[in-house]
Amino acid sequence: MELGPYILLASIEGSVTAAVLALTAVGLSLVFGVMRVVNIAHGEFFMLGAVIAWFVAQALGAHPAVGFAAALIVAPLVVGAIAVAADVTILKRIDYDPERTIVATIGLLYIIQQLTLMGYGPDARPVEAPFNSRLAIPWWEWKDGALQMYWPWGLATTSYKLAVIGAAALVLLGVWAFMTHTRAGLLMRATQQDREMALAFGIPVERVYALVFGIGAGLAALAAVLIVPISQAHYLMGADPLLLSFIVVIIGGLGSLPGTVVAAILIGLSDGIVSVFFSPTLAKILATLLVALVLVFRPGGLFGTRQA
Amino acid sequence: MSERAKVVGLHGGLLVLLFALQFALPAYHHGNLARIMVLASFAIGYNLLFGYTGLLSLGHALFFAAGMYGAGLSVLHFGWSPAPALIVGLAAGAAVSALLGLLALRTAGVAFMIVTLMFAQAGYLAILYFGKWTYGDEGFVIARAARMLHGVDLSDPASRYFAALALFAVSLAVCLWLVRSRFGKTLIAIRENEERTRMLGYDTFARKLGAMVISGAISAAAGAVYGLLFGYVGATFASVQYSIFPLLWVLLGGAGVVVGPFVGTLFMFYLIDLSSGVTTAYMLIAGVVLVLLTLFAPQGLTGELRRRLWPWLP
Amino acid sequence: MTLLATQGLSKHFAGLQAVRGVDLDLPRGEVRALIGPNGAGKTTLVGMICGRIAPSSGTVHFDGRDITALPAHRRINLGMAYTFQITSVFARLDAAENVALAARRRVRGEGVEAVVQEALARVGLADRAATLAGDLSYGHQRLLEIAMGLAQAPRLLILDEPTQGLAESEIAAFKSLIRDLAGGATILLIEHNMSVVMETANRVTVLNAGEVLAEGAPAEIRADKAVQAAYLGTG
Repeated sequence: MELGPYILLASIEGSVTAAVLALTAVGLSLVFGVMRVVNIAHGEFFMLGAVIAWFVAQALGAHPAVGFAAALIVAPLVVGAIAVAADVTILKRIDYDPERTIVATIGLLYIIQQLTLMGYGPDARPVEAPFNSRLAIPWWEWKDGALQMYWPWGLATTSYKLAVIGAAALVLLGVWAFMTHTRAGLLMRATQQDREMALAFGIPVERVYALVFGIGAGLAALAAVLIVPISQAHYLMGADPLLLSFIVVIIGGLGSLPGTVVAAILIGLSDGIVSVFFSPTLAKILATLLVALVLVFRPGGLFGTRQA
Repeated sequence: MSERAKVVGLHGGLLVLLFALQFALPAYHHGNLARIMVLASFAIGYNLLFGYTGLLSLGHALFFAAGMYGAGLSVLHFGWSPAPALIVGLAAGAAVSALLGLLALRTAGVAFMIVTLMFAQAGYLAILYFGKWTYGDEGFVIARAARMLHGVDLSDPASRYFAALALFAVSLAVCLWLVRSRFGKTLIAIRENEERTRMLGYDTFARKLGAMVISGAISAAAGAVYGLLFGYVGATFASVQYSIFPLLWVLLGGAGVVVGPFVGTLFMFYLIDLSSGVTTAYMLIAGVVLVLLTLFAPQGLTGELRRRLWPWLP
Repeated sequence: MTLLATQGLSKHFAGLQAVRGVDLDLPRGEVRALIGPNGAGKTTLVGMICGRIAPSSGTVHFDGRDITALPAHRRINLGMAYTFQITSVFARLDAAENVALAARRRVRGEGVEAVVQEALARVGLADRAATLAGDLSYGHQRLLEIAMGLAQAPRLLILDEPTQGLAESEIAAFKSLIRDLAGGATILLIEHNMSVVMETANRVTVLNAGEVLAEGAPAEIRADKAVQAAYLGTG
C-alpha cells in the first residue's frame, strides 16, 4: 500500500481512539476540575464498564444489538453507582485531601481490579458489535494525466467504528449541554469556581461531589462499552486508558473540558499515526515523558493559560 | 533511662533479635525474613523521602530497578562480581534519583506524585523496549556461580540471611543517624512547613534534592542486593506495583518513624503470604489495607505507638 | 550608613499595581515603622525585600550589595530575618526546636542550646520550651515567631504585624523588647497599632495605594494632613 492510504487508515483508527479517549478523559477532567482530586482508579471504572457490558450481553443472549443497547445503559449506571458509593464511604471521609485521595484511589484500583479477576477471570472476552459491515474506502491516483479513483486492497473500515465516533461526539455534546444548560451543571460549575462560596450559598457541595464522581466514572464506563466490540474485555485493560487520559487531561490543561477534548483528538490521532512509524512501546515512553515534562515546565497545560 | 539510651536500645535490640532469629526459625520463615529485610531497606529509603521530607513519590520502583538492573546487567554482560556490581547499582540509583529530583522537585504535591509516576513508568517501558539487553518482561537469572562474594556463596540461605541483615542494619543505622542530624531535622522542618524553612535561610530545594538522592541510593542498594541474593532480575520490579509497595509498607508501619518500614513490610508480607492460600488475587489485600489506612490510621502502627506510648520514638 | 535601600521597586499582579516605584533608605541601627491602610502594599513591599516575591521592576540593595536577583534563602543568610504576618511556626515541633531551626543557620553544636534558651527567655517563653508550637496560644505563637527572628541574630529584622492578636500586657512587653534591641539590630516593622509605632520607631514610612505617601519622625507623621486623610478616610 502507498503511504497516503496508509495514513488515511491510521487516521480513522486514530479517530476511534480519540473518540473513546475523549469520553474517558472528560470524565477524569470533570472530577479533577470540580473536586480538585486525581482519581487513580479511573481506568478501573473504564474496565468495569467493559466487563459489565460482557455480562449484560451474556445474560440477555438475544440479538447482539439488544445486549449491546442494554449494556450502553446498564454499565454506566452501575459503574456510576459504584463510584458514588466509593465517594460517600471513602473520599468524603478523608475530606477530599488531594494526597490521601490518591492513596485511597490506588487502593480502590486494586480492589476493583482484583475483585474483577476473582469474579470474571483472567481471560479477554469479546462483545459482539450490534452491526459491523465492512466499508471499503476509495483512493485516488494520478494516472495518464487524470485523477482516477480506485479501491486499494485492505483499505477499509467498519460501520461500527464510524458509529463509535458519532456516538462519542453526541455524548460530548450532551455533556456540554448538561454543564451549560441545566441546574445541576450550573451547581457543578459554581462549585468548581469557588468551593467556599458555593458552600456559603447553600449549594449541597457534598452531593455535587458525589454526582460528579459518579458522572466521571459513568463516562469512562460508557467509553468502554463503545470500544469493547473492537478490543475485548479484560481485567487489566484499565491501565492504558488511565495513562492516556492523564496525558490528555494534563496536556489539555487540568480541569478544562474544551482543552481536554482538543488534546484527546490530538493524542488519539497522533497515537494512530505515530504507531505506524514507531513501536507502540516507544510511543508510550515518549508519551509518558511528554506528560511529565509538561507538568514540570508548563503546569497550566500546553494550551492552558498560566494562572497567577 | 535517657532518650538516647532508649533509642539505641530499641534499634540495637531489633538488630540483635534479627541476628538471633536465624538460628531459631524454620527454613521457610528464615527465607521469608531475609526477603523482608531487603524489602524493608527499600522501604527505609522510601520513608526518608515520604515520612521525613514529606514528598510522596509514586516512582520509587525506578530507583529499586535502577539498582537491580545496574547490578544485574553488570554481572550479566560484563561478568563482574557482586561487590563492584552492587556499587554500579548504587551509583545508578543515585544518578537516576538526582536527575529525577532536578526535574520533579520543580513541582509539588499532586504534580510531584504524577511526575514521579510518569518517569517511573517511562523507566519500566524502557526496560521492555531495550529487551535485547534486559530480556524485557521475562527478565534473567543471575547464575549461582556469579553470586560468589569473596568465596561466600550468596545463594546459600545462611549467607543470604546474613547479607540481608547487613544491608538492613546499614540502612537502619544510616536512617537513624540522618534523622537525628542537622540535615534530618531540616528535612523534618521542610515537611512541616517548607516556606518557613526557606525563610529561615535554608536552601530547601538543595536539601530536598539531597533527601531524594539518599532515598534513591538506599532503594537502589536494596534493589541490587535483592537481585544478587535471590538471583532474578525482571521488569516486574520496575512496574507501578513496586512503587506502590513501599508506600503501602511505610503507611502501614508508620511514616516518619525509623522502625516503621520494617514493621510495615513484615506485616504486609505475612498478610499477603497467608491470603495467598485463599486467593490468587492477593493484591486485593493490598488495596483494602491502603483504603483502611487512609481512612482510619494515617499514622500507621508505630505512628500510633509513638502517639500513645513512646513519644521519643525517632 | 545605609543598610537597606530600594530604588523604584514596583510590583504588578495581572494588571493590579500593588507597589509603585518605592524608594526606601534604611540606615543601620534604625527602627523604621511601615504603616498604611489595608491593601497599601506593605506585605508585598517587604516580600520583595526579603525575596518571597519577585519585583516587576526596581532594585534592592543590602549592605551596599545588589540583592535583587538573589533567592530568599541567600538573602536570609546575608543577615535578614522575616517573621510572617500570618503565624507560621512548625506546629508539630516543640517551641525549642522551632527556635533551634532558626539558630542552626549560624551556630553549630553546643552553641545552639544557649541561643535557644536566650531567645525564648527574651520573649518570655522560657518555660514553654517543650510545648508543641501548635499547642501554644495565638499570642505565644506570635512571640515564638519573634524568638525565631531573634535567634537568627539578624542585621535586619523584618517584623510583619508582630503585635496583631497580642494582649495588652504582651504588647507592652513587645515594646520594651524592641527598645532593648534598638541600636543593635536594624528593624523594619509593619504595624497597625499606633501606640507601638509612636513609642518604638525612629522614623515612619507611610505607604498608600502602593506608593510612599510620607516619611518622617513619628510626631511629624502624626501631624501630617495627607496621612490622616489616607488613614482615617477624613479629608
